[in-house]
Amino acid sequence: MKKKAIGQAGWLWTGLASIVAFIYFFPVLFIILTAFRSRSDTLATPPKWFFTPTFENFYHIFFRAMANSTEYVATGFHVYFFNSIYISGMSVLLALLIGTLAAYGFSRHPLRGNDTYLFIILTTRMLPPIIVIVPIFLIFRITGLAGTYTGIILMYTAFNLPFSIWMMKSFFDELNTEIEDASRMDGASERSVFFGVCIPQVKAGLAATSVFALILTWNEFLFSLLLTNKLTRTMPPAMARTIGGEINVDYGLLAAMICLFIIPIFLITYLLQNQLLRGVTFGTIKK
Amino acid sequence: MNNNKGFLSWFLDPSRRGPLLIAPAIIVLLLVNIIPLMWSFGLSFFKYRANTLKLPKFSWFYSYEKVLTKDNIWESLQTTAIIVAGSVGLQMILGFLLALLFASQFPLRKILLMFVLAPMMLSNVAVAIYFKLFYEPEFGLLSQFVQSFITGEMYVLLSTPAGALIGVIVADAWQWTPFVMLLVLAGLVSVPKHLYEAAEIDRMSWWRKFTTITFPYVRSLLLLAVLFRTIETVKIFDLVFILTNGGPGTATETIGVLVYRTAFQFFRTSNSAAMGYILLFAVIVLTSLYLYVIKQRESEDI
Repeated sequence: MKKKAIGQAGWLWTGLASIVAFIYFFPVLFIILTAFRSRSDTLATPPKWFFTPTFENFYHIFFRAMANSTEYVATGFHVYFFNSIYISGMSVLLALLIGTLAAYGFSRHPLRGNDTYLFIILTTRMLPPIIVIVPIFLIFRITGLAGTYTGIILMYTAFNLPFSIWMMKSFFDELNTEIEDASRMDGASERSVFFGVCIPQVKAGLAATSVFALILTWNEFLFSLLLTNKLTRTMPPAMARTIGGEINVDYGLLAAMICLFIIPIFLITYLLQNQLLRGVTFGTIKK
Repeated sequence: MNNNKGFLSWFLDPSRRGPLLIAPAIIVLLLVNIIPLMWSFGLSFFKYRANTLKLPKFSWFYSYEKVLTKDNIWESLQTTAIIVAGSVGLQMILGFLLALLFASQFPLRKILLMFVLAPMMLSNVAVAIYFKLFYEPEFGLLSQFVQSFITGEMYVLLSTPAGALIGVIVADAWQWTPFVMLLVLAGLVSVPKHLYEAAEIDRMSWWRKFTTITFPYVRSLLLLAVLFRTIETVKIFDLVFILTNGGPGTATETIGVLVYRTAFQFFRTSNSAAMGYILLFAVIVLTSLYLYVIKQRESEDI
């Protein structure tokens, strides 16, 4: 049984913890409130704590009012939204497929210099993306991959791969190999050991790994900034561009965008609490 | 598809199973990480600007010499060091306190934990935008607080070098304190209960219990937290880029921002490659240290 806490504490402790959590959470709360304020309420000083909530900011993410007319034009944000989903979905799927195989290999059929390979793989994840991006940018420009879905998906697959390998390896390492050996004794082929015995046991691990990889890709900024164009851009650079000029920044709009971004993440944090430690350390720390 | 049984069984020979399983991963990483890295290593020995059509010219260590003497790399390394020290330090202190608060079981713990843990899952862009709003001079909360309770004037935090540094440090620490907290929490719950019971019988003071029982269990995880956060903070880019864009002047120009500017604003491509390699060296040292501690901890088996 996994220990989750030491000792018991009562509601008094809950009260203390809620105050601390509220202070910590306050920034996010403020953003959420801003998202539901009308434009004039956002600019009010002192800040209005009570106001009539409005969805206009959310509407403006996708449709922008033209100057001095009542017409609304699409901002193209639905494209960025779709791009984010499509690109992160595809690259996570690919990385998970390749990564799980590799993780199984590293865990069950170690090579000579296994640790060195794993070290190099982790290093590719730890190294500052800014170093790789310069030559990648040049290569993509030469090969015509810049601005294409293929290019950015390939980039993100490689970005997710080290993470998937380390995560999945940590899950495979936890399994009891006796079950595998027993099914081998019973004449199961290597393939059915992998698909029939190992994979069902790491289902939770696969789910956790894919969710973490999805979040990492969904949040990524630099690669998308430099390797996509207007048609393939994802959400983070699109959001950053909205700030663009320093004057007349529509913070209500930005807050609404952030809201769309963070609400799913809160749910995921809650659901994956037990895997969080492993997830944020790329599977290097299990307990 | 290849239906040749003979070839397949040769290909899928048990001795080849390991290499075969990891081959796809290695190929992708070679293509997208290793080869570009080599490329940029090569590039750092040439004179090359990506915005001209001039062919690269071999120049030995010219880029390195130039980077180490002319460009403001030392200044940006110093800035990075300040941000790393400030932010990681703050994260350690706050993370430890939060972990102590959440170490025991109490009603609604899981929900409250969600609120505290979520910031580290957020996009750096979202965090940067939020703090931009928070520091905004006209209607940002910070400015309004200062205006109504302290000076009565608008407060522009990001306009002074020290203020901008503090702004970046606070934003980064806010986002990553949950990470440290999570690691410390894992250490705290791994302490065997019977040790505390024995200490109770010996009537140890709170401080002695902390230094002789709790701390040894948390120590290795604390070290890992420091290393991991240092590696990540050395690379800091998104947050600074959006929050201050390295400004005012070059006050918050971290090494990541400097490399970006050198490569994509001034197009001194080979110089940026040389800078990148200096940064890479630091990260490799830190990563090997990190894995060394992991190995140590696993062999201690706590």
